Amino acid sequence: MTGHKQMKDMSISIEEIKKPENRIYGKPSLLTDNVMHYCPGCSHGTVHKLVAEVIEEMGIQDKTVGICPVGCSVFAYNYIDIDWQEAAHGRAPALATATKRLCPDKYVFTYQGDGDLASIGTAEIIHACGRGENIVVIFINNGIYGMTGGQMAPTTLIGMKTSTTPYGRDPKLNGFPLVIADMIAHLDGTAYITRQSVHTAPAARKAKNAIRKAFEYSQKGIGLSFVEIVSTCNSGWKLTPVDANKWMVENMFKKYPIGDIKDILK
Amino acid sequence: MAEKILMKGNEAIAISAIRNGVDGYFGYPITPQSEVMETLMKEKPWETTGMVVLQAESETSSINMIYGGASCGKKVMTSSSSPGISLMCEGISYIAGAELPCVVVDVMRGGPGLGTIQPSQSDYNQIVKGGGHGDYHNIVLAPASAQDMYDFVDWGFDLAFKYRTPVVILADGIIGQMMEKVEMHPMKPRRTDAEILEAAPWATTGKPAGRERNIITSLSLDADIQERFNRKLKGKYEIIEENEVKFSEYMTEDAEYVFVAFGCSSRICEAVVDELRAEGIKAGLLRPITLYPFPFKEIERLSKQVKSMMSIELNLGQMVHDVRLAVNGACPVGFYGRQGGNIYTPEEIVSEFKKFNGLA
Ligand SMILES: Cc1ncc(C[n+]2csc(CCOP(=O)(O)OP(=O)(O)O)c2C)c(N)n1
Ligand code: SF4
Ligand SMILES: [Mg+2]
Repeated sequence: MTGHKQMKDMSISIEEIKKPENRIYGKPSLLTDNVMHYCPGCSHGTVHKLVAEVIEEMGIQDKTVGICPVGCSVFAYNYIDIDWQEAAHGRAPALATATKRLCPDKYVFTYQGDGDLASIGTAEIIHACGRGENIVVIFINNGIYGMTGGQMAPTTLIGMKTSTTPYGRDPKLNGFPLVIADMIAHLDGTAYITRQSVHTAPAARKAKNAIRKAFEYSQKGIGLSFVEIVSTCNSGWKLTPVDANKWMVENMFKKYPIGDIKDILK
Repeated sequence: MAEKILMKGNEAIAISAIRNGVDGYFGYPITPQSEVMETLMKEKPWETTGMVVLQAESETSSINMIYGGASCGKKVMTSSSSPGISLMCEGISYIAGAELPCVVVDVMRGGPGLGTIQPSQSDYNQIVKGGGHGDYHNIVLAPASAQDMYDFVDWGFDLAFKYRTPVVILADGIIGQMMEKVEMHPMKPRRTDAEILEAAPWATTGKPAGRERNIITSLSLDADIQERFNRKLKGKYEIIEENEVKFSEYMTEDAEYVFVAFGCSSRICEAVVDELRAEGIKAGLLRPITLYPFPFKEIERLSKQVKSMMSIELNLGQMVHDVRLAVNGACPVGFYGRQGGNIYTPEEIVSEFKKFNGLA
């Protein structure tokens, strides 16, 4: 009782907290009020927020076109208040190519999962890189097909259990993971390639800076910018959000190390 | 007098695209239509009208470039031939589902599979009945000359934007490859950004403050919403069926026998009608110019005046099913076709016609 009383005495009123000068955090104005369908702990929501913040801070809402994939982020258009095109599975880089070439003053980005980008859409992403399209690609690598219920993705780690590798991914049966960011770094059409994560506040800050840099590079006419976010899919991985973060750091980061891979302006 | 230039049907498509203010062409090489992109690359329209031309890595990609370009309210088109069109059917279904305008040129060759590179009309079912998944239609235009190839590009875009739907120009290897004189109509400039905003307020052009965001999508997870959308499409197709049917008739007025043929086959059947008329047989020809919407009513009307009808197609008998639907038992309906890139002569058709009608 005394503790409670003390807290009450020390507390400031809600009116005080609401004053703009006391606010240390806010929802970016470009995030809509729609309730996100993402599982609690999923990286998608965090990355959406970072993308929304970058577009807002750069003041480019009226010049930005986003392309959603098929995957859990298929409904990204419900959450970020910009113009969107919803692509067929894997085809987002083709839509982005035409959009950017026909509207060169626009900021054009795709937002794609690892099934979308690294499996069914490999031709589209490789050739967009090869042609040096001046677009941004945000690549959510959670090592699994989240949307369809947790099947193996091309990025699934060896030994990792998914609904189609119930005994763990076996290279004899399922082959080896594709490391897309490293693969496309060899292509002359790519300008900036980085791998980030959003599991801690500092990591999210770095990821945001990377996304901003990618957007800025896309207007320089120097080629494609690619931001991979090593992500969690706690539902697909069957782990709590905290354990999923831990598992990601201990396992995913070994195969997909965090950091810049290529920056042609450096 | 408008200028007339001798050119291939495929070249007419390319020149027409430039002269009619098309914003973008995205394609992938395949015989017998590669001249479309080759002509565009040679003409370099990006230096004159600002038209974008791009060779994609596959037909899957080129049709999805069309999806992206059409989403921006731009006039975008692609061309291919049968195997490439099969790859595009995924994208065409999405374009229909997202209600986007575009023009796709299909210069048919023999199939199935890799088939032949010679002319064919064996993709009638694929294109006229759908092609991709889901309840949708393409508007399908069937050119019979290089001039048609030229004219149908502009007509196709008018229809595509009027109804926000994919339009397919369904040609064949003969129409694509044959050289004829083509009359150039006056140039149409590409649309300005302001004109695009007016013609396509739904386009993803960047969301300014004060308007809702524009979303191009074909997705709805809710069964009722999807059903409502399907019914909306159906309503649109009914309007198209009511207003956009186009056909031409040759000597049908007093005809006792009518051929139904589209594209190159209709050209051949004109000669057939002439031969039969010279023998005193009252033959005529109905050429559907739109295959969807199909001239059901006109065929039905003719079926009540004639002794028989005959569908002539470069396939095993595809359009003939629609002819039979229209005729609905009112007269006998025959069929004659060749396949694999072989083409009938008028004499061959005359003899098949006589066999069918017991006139031999
Ligand atoms: C042509 C086609 N094939 C398969 C599917 C089914 N499908 C939907 S999402 C998906 C995988 C998505 O996984 P990923 O890209 O990793 O996204 P995540 O949900 O993990 O973010 C698949 C296979 C589809 N929609 N279309
Ligand atoms: S299934 Fe996985 S990727 Fe999809 S929302 Fe849930 S946690 Fe995120
Ligand atoms: Mg995934």
